[in-house]
Amino acid sequence: MKRVLMTGNSAAAWGARLAGADYVPAFPITPQTEIIETLALWIDTGVMDCRMVTLESEHSMITAAGAAAATGVRVFTATSSQGLLYGMEMIYTVAGWRVPFVMVNVSRGLSSPITLEPDHNDILAARDSGFLQIHCATCQEVLDGILIAYRLAEHERVRLPVIVNLDGFYLSFTREPVEIPDAGAVSRFLPPFDPENIRFRARTPLSEAVAVLGGTLYSYFRYEIHLAALNAVQVFNEIAADYTSVFGRTYETVESYRTDDAELVFVMMGSFATKAKAAVDMLRQAGLAVGLLRPILLRPFPLDQIRRVLAGKKGVAVVDQNLSMGKGGVLHTEVASALHGQPDAPTVLTSFIGGLGGRDISAEEFYEMASITGKAVIEGLTPPPRLLLTELELAEIRKLQAIAQKKRKDKQG
Amino acid sequence: MNDYKYKHVKDLPTTHLLGAGTPMCAGCGGLEVVKEIYDLIGENTVFINAAGCMTLLAVYPFTPFRGSWLYTAMASAPAGAQGVRDALDILLKKGRIKPEEDLEAVVLTGDGAAYGMGLSSTSAAIDRNLDFIYICYDNEGYGNTGQQASAASPLGARTATSKGPHGFSGHKKDLFAIWAANRPAYVATVTGAEPMDLACKIEKAGRIAGPRLIIALAPCPTGWDFDPKETVAIGKLAVKTGIWPLKEYMDGKVTHTVIPRRRPPVEEYLKRQGRFSHLFSSQSNDALLQEIQGQVDAYWEGID
Repeated sequence: MKRVLMTGNSAAAWGARLAGADYVPAFPITPQTEIIETLALWIDTGVMDCRMVTLESEHSMITAAGAAAATGVRVFTATSSQGLLYGMEMIYTVAGWRVPFVMVNVSRGLSSPITLEPDHNDILAARDSGFLQIHCATCQEVLDGILIAYRLAEHERVRLPVIVNLDGFYLSFTREPVEIPDAGAVSRFLPPFDPENIRFRARTPLSEAVAVLGGTLYSYFRYEIHLAALNAVQVFNEIAADYTSVFGRTYETVESYRTDDAELVFVMMGSFATKAKAAVDMLRQAGLAVGLLRPILLRPFPLDQIRRVLAGKKGVAVVDQNLSMGKGGVLHTEVASALHGQPDAPTVLTSFIGGLGGRDISAEEFYEMASITGKAVIEGLTPPPRLLLTELELAEIRKLQAIAQKKRKDKQG
Repeated sequence: MNDYKYKHVKDLPTTHLLGAGTPMCAGCGGLEVVKEIYDLIGENTVFINAAGCMTLLAVYPFTPFRGSWLYTAMASAPAGAQGVRDALDILLKKGRIKPEEDLEAVVLTGDGAAYGMGLSSTSAAIDRNLDFIYICYDNEGYGNTGQQASAASPLGARTATSKGPHGFSGHKKDLFAIWAANRPAYVATVTGAEPMDLACKIEKAGRIAGPRLIIALAPCPTGWDFDPKETVAIGKLAVKTGIWPLKEYMDGKVTHTVIPRRRPPVEEYLKRQGRFSHLFSSQSNDALLQEIQGQVDAYWEGID
């Protein structure tokens, strides 16, 4: 195994290459494009025995991905943000086809206003689709996550497509040391794709995705998807154990960092959780018993693990890098539903919104969030959700607006 | 077409492959054309369907097809064909399936998808020279939702969204010209009421590779408001009056396969359909009738 510096996008391409993807339907979108460019070069230079086709939209790209997987080849694709939403009809549709393939999403804030840097509203829009979701915090996790995702997707008790999510810019364009697994070891971990009974062949007719009439049949098929997704928690653990035995790296459905003796726990997803990790170390040095819980698997939701880690904690601060308009943080709601009614649930569950469109979350803000949550524990009162933005930032916005107004007035004379 | 198999009606297949008992309306011109084409291209096919009337051919757990079926969505059936074709090619190339396990990818959509939402994915499939057959059953409106006007609706037709005294005010889009402008391997218009013309074209399409696209005029008793027994007669009149030109595009050239020499007036076609009845009940629509005739005359001028 060699360890090299590479971007998250490059790690994603390596994941697809090592998985032996047969087919890559593609469509360019920032900040994902480097993935398909890398794969295209490998295919064109004969390094990868794979076919890539550029479709005219993500909607068509996901259709082609699902149709090819239904025909029995191993499929990889990637998108981001607006592209994911443009293809959303097919995200739901192909999950119902029960076709196992892997799609990388490079998270990027959604329009409007249009922007390039990350948050998780794009990926969370696919939360209820039937795609499973693996959320990465490092470039290594991106590569490993794709290999695990293929095993998970293709597992006979699952048979669902999987999205592996990484944050735009913070992971997509950031170089980190990544251990590239040996191809032989990968083939021991990930056998060739067996499409089982889902494949189009002459003389063995198959009808896929036919209409149903009435709620009974519809419910039956929708429940089947849900139950298969639930199976994926246990299956993930089995696969992760295999991964450890072949490659030595350990994954769980959640990452718990210094949570054992923690009184306060941050809950965060994705690469910004590494900022929380650094803050935890600093707060620990200052004598505060703080930890971090990071869901890696978001769908299926690792309910038991989250309950276990948070049981008996005094306060939990959920930092959402997303915003459900008119409600608040999506992860906060998910964690609340996991904890409600549990005998040893934390009494305080605070909610913070930060990192939208790639806005930084500073160490000071983590201290402040810990302090607010600690105070709430003492007072027994949970404060309303906070939207992170400093007075200085607001002053900068006001200044820009004033300059623009002034320029307009000058022009109008 | 001398070396072709279908010269007389007696040459047409006598074994009918599509199962009976589908939920299509009585006299459905779309089903008529699907039946005829299915007999010709056979069961080693996967029909890739977009949202429309024909989506209800396969309702769980039954299908009238002997071969395979994949329902996609309204806009992206050609992309579904791309995925299936590419996957089969990969499997053949890597020796993971035998050549006799190969299938023909056949897209089946209505005019709502073909003329509108699905045009982008069709155009792109032609750009990529996808090896597939596209069948559009054109019933000149969003038939499955109750015949609202689509880009395929003709001037003057009453639709569920054009019930005024003059009917639909737009003009039927020339999808044949749009598809042909992309330079695919083959484009043809057909109708179920002209089975010999249809058979020759499907046979021709079957002998070549690349994008092969067929637009079938599909008289629709419920949407066009006529008695189901009239389907064939109306289809024949569409051709005779010159309203529905039967033609094909190949190697950069458009050829008319049927040239109606003495065209009866368009009224003969229009008056048999309730959707045009307002054109005959009020003199205020005489100009509209003349406009429709004028368009047909202008089309055929110089074609021989």
